[in-house]
Amino acid sequence: MKHHFVLRVVAKFAIPFILLYAFYVQFHGDFGPGGGFQAGVIFAAAFILYALIFGLEKARQAAPPAAVRIGIALGVLIYAGTGVAGMLLGGKFLDYSVLAHDPAHGQHLGILIVEFGVGLTVASVMISVFFAFAGRRRPEG
Amino acid sequence: MAATAIAIVRLRNLFAVVMLSGLYSLLSAAIFVILDAVDVAFTEAAVGAGITTVLFLGTLVLTDREEKERARFSPWPLVVVLITGAALVFGTLDMPGFGDPNAPANKHVAPEYLADKVRQNPSGEPVTVGIPNVVTTILASYRGYDTLGEVTVIFTAGIGVLLLLGATARHGAPAPGDTPAPHLRLGRRRKQEGNDDTPSGDTA
Repeated sequence: MKHHFVLRVVAKFAIPFILLYAFYVQFHGDFGPGGGFQAGVIFAAAFILYALIFGLEKARQAAPPAAVRIGIALGVLIYAGTGVAGMLLGGKFLDYSVLAHDPAHGQHLGILIVEFGVGLTVASVMISVFFAFAGRRRPEG
Repeated sequence: MAATAIAIVRLRNLFAVVMLSGLYSLLSAAIFVILDAVDVAFTEAAVGAGITTVLFLGTLVLTDREEKERARFSPWPLVVVLITGAALVFGTLDMPGFGDPNAPANKHVAPEYLADKVRQNPSGEPVTVGIPNVVTTILASYRGYDTLGEVTVIFTAGIGVLLLLGATARHGAPAPGDTPAPHLRLGRRRKQEGNDDTPSGDTA
């Protein structure tokens, strides 16, 4: 893909907007369709597009596989940790009402954090699964 | 959609099949939009039509573009599919009508969720979450356990793919000649043995 000048220019132009849209879907999920799952996939799609156009090595520099693997676990930890935090503050597991003084605010905060955890895990899993597939060479013979 | 499905079954060119399955996902996303399930449609379009197609293409690079010619027509798969389909259709006969307000699914907890008044805190007072998108509220708050389970499933799937495809052995994409660290060698040998079966099974 190194010779496709138009593709490279258009991809460079489009990728920031894809990332921005992913963040919009992530944090606007309270008000419109969307949420962590969709945002994570869109976020990963931006990196996959980058890898398709500019090559796997450049994409690995942009998203180091070690960091992506940490992201996989961190997302689940953020989700479960929010539940544990609710327990420590006197509520039940995954009870967000105790996270802030006002129960409704606590719910908003909890949902936001939890969705972020979902998005992080989904994006990291998608990116690393793509890296794993694309990094394999065709078996000889 | 039916035409796409038949074409997927008939075609031998796997590249076309991958493209058609992406098209199939997009059509089902359109159906979800018609049914007012925008969140589901969003997911289907992003995952089914987007990422899955890319992963299938990645698999195609590793395998062949053409499906192997089948030896002869075998009736058993068709029989199994017909029996399963008949059983499923028979099961739907007992289901309540589409959009029936008295259906059990609409009677159980859905009214509480939609009214946004669910007893959550220990003192027993109903909490109004007050988020405009009720799907997000249900997913992340009322059904928080389920979503935690879903994230764990994705986490497990990701770890499984990484283990199977040996992505850990590929920090700097080592050349075929150099020797990896001893703890990585086992994974690499296993991977070479595994090359005989089709890698496409990993995407399922």
